Amino acid sequence: MKGIAVVLALVVAAGAALAWTLSAPRPRYSAEEWQKLGLSGDAAAGRLVFYAGGCESCHKSPGQDDPLRLGGGLELKTPFGSFYPPNISTDPVDGIDAWQPVDVANALLSGVSSNGAHLYPAFPYTSYQHMSAKDVADLAAFLRTLPAVKGKAPANALPFPFSVRRALGLWKLLYFDNASLRPDPSQSDQWNRGRYLVEGPGHCGECHTPRGILGEMDVSRALAGAPLPDGHGKAASLRGGDFLKWTDADIVEALASGFTPAGDVLGAGMTAVVRNIAELPESDRQAIAVYLKSLPPLGAPAPAKP
Amino acid sequence: MKRFVAVALALTCGITAVMADTDPIAERRALMKHDGEAAKTLFGMSKGKIPFDLATVKDSLKTLDEGATKSAALFPDTSKTGGGTAALPAIWENKADFDARFAQFVKDVEAAQAGITDEATFKQLAPAVFKNCGSCHELYKAKSG
Repeated sequence: MKGIAVVLALVVAAGAALAWTLSAPRPRYSAEEWQKLGLSGDAAAGRLVFYAGGCESCHKSPGQDDPLRLGGGLELKTPFGSFYPPNISTDPVDGIDAWQPVDVANALLSGVSSNGAHLYPAFPYTSYQHMSAKDVADLAAFLRTLPAVKGKAPANALPFPFSVRRALGLWKLLYFDNASLRPDPSQSDQWNRGRYLVEGPGHCGECHTPRGILGEMDVSRALAGAPLPDGHGKAASLRGGDFLKWTDADIVEALASGFTPAGDVLGAGMTAVVRNIAELPESDRQAIAVYLKSLPPLGAPAPAKP
Repeated sequence: MKRFVAVALALTCGITAVMADTDPIAERRALMKHDGEAAKTLFGMSKGKIPFDLATVKDSLKTLDEGATKSAALFPDTSKTGGGTAALPAIWENKADFDARFAQFVKDVEAAQAGITDEATFKQLAPAVFKNCGSCHELYKAKSG
């Protein structure tokens, strides 16, 4: 009897050790590896990466209009609880002033914080992982030029088991590649640029792609429309419905001004997306249009179960 | 009996008509649709996609003015859901802010109506009108479709 107890204890211990090992954070770059890339970081180019990534949509201090005041604290309601994006300003106490470019890189590309802990995928590293190292270095340089903002965001309000940060390592094993995007040589440069913007920094799929039970993106229905995480309304399908009737020019216009071909003005989360994407050169909006129009149409999803 | 039927019929029709008339969701949606068409025309002109025409600008601004003035009163507590509305619950949680935004919209439209006399003044005053669309939709309109 004592023998069985010992064996059981060993099995449990081995399982726990395995889970602990498997769930370890895996930053893409060590400080040395990042150093070897020799990227100096161009703040002017980083400004465009900042807007392509829509950083301010979540990190801008709420209740004011300056997109460059990144005090964080906006509540993001999701089925898993409420997330509060942190202060990513240059404030030495409340912000990320101490972060090196490699820390920014590992956060964006691997969802790992400067202290080595997992970040929650409410921070869309499932998309940002596709960003190029150069864009990351430029963005890190741009962030350094922004003002310090005082104040910490509230702690995330997540019920158990979602409150267990380490468990994200297992989620990542299932649903996260930790890999960059390979250009498709059979497609044009414009198409590849559009795909990069949509699937990388633009993180369109975070709202427009439906999610499974653990919040993972259902890649088989990529960009086919999804209910919004806060439960109000729906992100439109970019592969069906009215969107199929939009021309390239319609997409470019909507991303520049918010005006849709029907005379509506994009609302909810898209207002911030338009505000950001409008800062990019026209060629980027055209590239996005070309990529979106190349996606194979997909029928409406089956109605949700009651 | 005939008279009774006639009266009942008249009443029923009357009530139905009144009810149809006071469906705030349907009414505000129709107004917003008109506003959208007017805004689209103005926007096209501001971008040089439609040739500038002062009479059309005045007409479109009138549509926006009427639409905004009437719509503001069409968000009673009883009209939070149904009828395909894209209105978010946030409207009723922040009613004072919501109303203030409508008032600002009306103010900007009326400033444009008073100040636009030619293409130059149009290009100068139109952006202030457009700004209202997105800033309100961001907070209070659900995405749909």
